Amino acid sequence: MTEQMISEDELHAYVDGELPADRRGAVEAWLASHAEDAARVAAWRKQAELIQARYGGVATEEVPARLDFGRMACRRRNRWIAAAAAAVLAAFVAGGLTGWTARGGETPTGSDLARFTADALEAYRLYVVEVRHPVEVPGDERPHLVQWLSKRVGSPLRAPELERLGLKLVGGRLLPGPTGATAFFMYEGPSGERFTLYCGQTSDQQTALRYTAGSQNAAYYWVDQNVAYVLSGPAERDKLRDIAQAAYDQIDSRSSQRGG
Amino acid sequence: MSDFRQRIEQAIPALRRYARALTRDTETADDIVQDTLVRALRSEHLFHDGDVRAWLYTILTNLNRNRLRSLSRRPTLTPIKDNDAALTGPDTGSRDIARALDDLAEDQRAALLLVVLEGLTYREVAEVQGVPIGTVMSRLARARMQIKAYLDGERPALRRVK
Repeated sequence: MTEQMISEDELHAYVDGELPADRRGAVEAWLASHAEDAARVAAWRKQAELIQARYGGVATEEVPARLDFGRMACRRRNRWIAAAAAAVLAAFVAGGLTGWTARGGETPTGSDLARFTADALEAYRLYVVEVRHPVEVPGDERPHLVQWLSKRVGSPLRAPELERLGLKLVGGRLLPGPTGATAFFMYEGPSGERFTLYCGQTSDQQTALRYTAGSQNAAYYWVDQNVAYVLSGPAERDKLRDIAQAAYDQIDSRSSQRGG
Repeated sequence: MSDFRQRIEQAIPALRRYARALTRDTETADDIVQDTLVRALRSEHLFHDGDVRAWLYTILTNLNRNRLRSLSRRPTLTPIKDNDAALTGPDTGSRDIARALDDLAEDQRAALLLVVLEGLTYREVAEVQGVPIGTVMSRLARARMQIKAYLDGERPALRRVK
């Protein structure tokens, strides 16, 4: 009698109902004559039963009021209207204060690459886990957001359009940076992955994209028209590069129009 | 309510179940479900086609990974306790399984729960976790091996203590 070898993957697939119908017979024959594998399969089934017994009932519990989705959707709309009104006010106040606070006289020395990148990654790590308050001004108030941050940073800024890459502008906030006020824009993909763009004034010379990677996060740094930009995200170099390139191109083409 | 929102609403009980097993803590689990729903609402216009349920599992899985990352940066770790009052009686088996899940690496735990509790196919789990199917299978195999070792090893020890 010739017996077909059965792999461990097939045993898992058998337990999980993923085995093609024409392999079932072979697996069952194998299990009938291999007690150790049969015991493993039984143990895996027992585990699944224990997990289902322990947690399966959660799905039949009454859903708590705070997870009432209809109400959540409604509240969210109202909150955004309030946030938009606050953003208008903030832009107005900030505009008035700019004369006071502009330029504390910091003169950045040497290359800002290291300092900007470190601060940008720190800000990324701090806010990327923030779910309910990741930004001060939401992304649907893009014109106000950009106007406000441009005034505070002291250079015309732009929040690049990255929807083509599946990224939506969540919004932005003002942060202290190596050379003073720094703008921080946050973008989010369809599965919640986040990328941020950090921008502040620098005396560094124009540069192309430069890559820096940590263990989990990575960043691209570049300088355009005396503004340093750091695009940060999860350490997936190709994806990050596509996004940085798109942001770079948009900021660059605008600069050349403006400068030209 | 739109079809999209209706499909999200229908998924909430299952999301709570998955989150509870993933975190073994009722409050933390519902926090993550709430955050998942907030994100889903915010990204509504980015979602064109596909399986809403798998997309929600992806968001939830990512959120939990971010949460664990930020926990791991703290100087002291607070152990997550299984504080669920609805323990299924004197059967220690169900408590053991919670402790056995505690010991797994996060990606292994998520893969196992998505398959055995949520009934996702290997292909769907691969999409949720953003890895090839082979990686899902090895996570599943390691999770099952470790749980088996835990259950085989712990039970006799507990009996001796009594």
